[in-house]
Amino acid sequence: MSLLGRLYLGLVAAFLLAPLVVVAGVSLNPQRCLLFPPDGVSLTWYAALIEDSAWLGAMGNSLAIALLSASLAVAIALPLAWFLWRWRVRWARPLFTLGLAPFLLPPVITALGFLVFWIEVGLHGRMLATVVSHALFFVALPLANLSLGFESIDREVVEAGRVLGADEPTLFRTVVLPAIAPYLVAGFAFAFVLSLNEYIVAYMVAGFTVETLPIRIFNSLRYGYTPVMAVVSVVFVLLAGLVFALVARYGDLLKLLGAVRPQRE
Amino acid sequence: MSGAGAGERPRGLAQHLPVLWPAAMLLGFFVVPFGFMLTFSFYRRIQAGFYEPAFVLDNYARFLSPLFVDTLLFSIGLCALAAAVCVALALPFTLAVARLRRRTQVAWMVFILAVLSLSEVIIGFSWSVLLGRAAGISNLFVTLGLLERPEAYAPGFLALLLGLSFLAFPYAVLLLFPAVVRLDPEVIEASRTLGAAPLTAFRTVILPALRSPLMIGLILVFVFTLGSYLLPQMLGRPQHWTLSILITDQAIFQSNIPFAAALAIFLMLVSLALVALTLALGRRRQPA
Repeated sequence: MSLLGRLYLGLVAAFLLAPLVVVAGVSLNPQRCLLFPPDGVSLTWYAALIEDSAWLGAMGNSLAIALLSASLAVAIALPLAWFLWRWRVRWARPLFTLGLAPFLLPPVITALGFLVFWIEVGLHGRMLATVVSHALFFVALPLANLSLGFESIDREVVEAGRVLGADEPTLFRTVVLPAIAPYLVAGFAFAFVLSLNEYIVAYMVAGFTVETLPIRIFNSLRYGYTPVMAVVSVVFVLLAGLVFALVARYGDLLKLLGAVRPQRE
Repeated sequence: MSGAGAGERPRGLAQHLPVLWPAAMLLGFFVVPFGFMLTFSFYRRIQAGFYEPAFVLDNYARFLSPLFVDTLLFSIGLCALAAAVCVALALPFTLAVARLRRRTQVAWMVFILAVLSLSEVIIGFSWSVLLGRAAGISNLFVTLGLLERPEAYAPGFLALLLGLSFLAFPYAVLLLFPAVVRLDPEVIEASRTLGAAPLTAFRTVILPALRSPLMIGLILVFVFTLGSYLLPQMLGRPQHWTLSILITDQAIFQSNIPFAAALAIFLMLVSLALVALTLALGRRRQPA
């Protein structure tokens, strides 16, 4: 690669890393102050996070919501993607677009739709509302991933299995599931991590009763600074990095992101 | 062989079952909420927190006030600018990454995904620290002797623009990545061999090949930044607050759901119209 290319990559890396470095630095301050570079290195605020029940509660909420909503999103996306792949019926195609729509619209619109809906249904302010809203909001990610996964299956293998007398469940278990497994995991991981970090939908649907971590960070910014929020940010970035590194370790990340090299003989 | 299932139709309830559940979820929890929102946008507000069924256009009529027109125009301008900056930064980056070795590409993409998943709160917080007076980058300039005393660069318009570009950058990269990888390296190589300067090759080979992914990237980044709710509050001044903040403010703090719903419907129509317009323009310019 040219020198110019390397220089550009370096600049972008610096741009993307700058806020992370600042947050990590600020989190190490021994006193309750916003100093960068930190005037010392201490893990006081990391310990404070573990002792503070309010922060831990918010973290527990976030993890529970992310886990449940990502599972629900996959449970919605998998049968839909399978059906579209298996039958290729035209009338079902709009459902795919409908699945992508909540994610592609400006989030505030989707969030307001959910707010109005949960008030009418009487579940506004419940964690269930946040879970279902996040599942629908992020269903686009497993849906897009899984449809890539189904397209990667060699249809002749499926046909051969069918000719040899395998029924639909057997085919699914022996041919389809192994092929789509990495896409399934990736779809779940995307939905999980984005749900952990989502603010506006969680805030509109149950912001005053079910406090997630992003909501707590924003609230505590309003009412005065505490280094714990920097600590939480560091933990979340590491968690996200870990999840995606695992996805890359056990699957073909570039293919999951839609990269297919031009075929060449 | 044309793929399995071609020409076949699912029959009976059992074979339709896999699609009924996702369809029910999508209709029940996405289409129905939208229906509610559309209905409420025509309701009449009685007093704070209360509204009654009606069919009035009052909520829409309020758009004509200068405050909302100004906010709308500002939001569109800001987000269009952010989308342009973001895609302009992301394109050379994605081209450069696509040429790296596989392992290095994977590492970059893990990094991009980690940044993508950063909460808007964390992005807003860290940039406000970085651009602020207390712990910000201006302290570095003072140390280097470039400045006499630390300055605050946030809140402000440029800080907000920077934050929005940061927010959407990983998203733009992921949108461009598949198309950039599919670019045939041999065609670019051939144009070089035929004597095209790098910039000429970029203009005549790469850009035309990426026209529609770039268009789609611009639109989606635009819509994405239009929905940003926290960054304008954290990095901008009140005059930089966008339509998203106005909508949330009306819904939560003014308890004026009908007006918030009308604003949201309007914002959606604007987004869709811009998407349609851009797609139409892109198609017309495409050589036959």
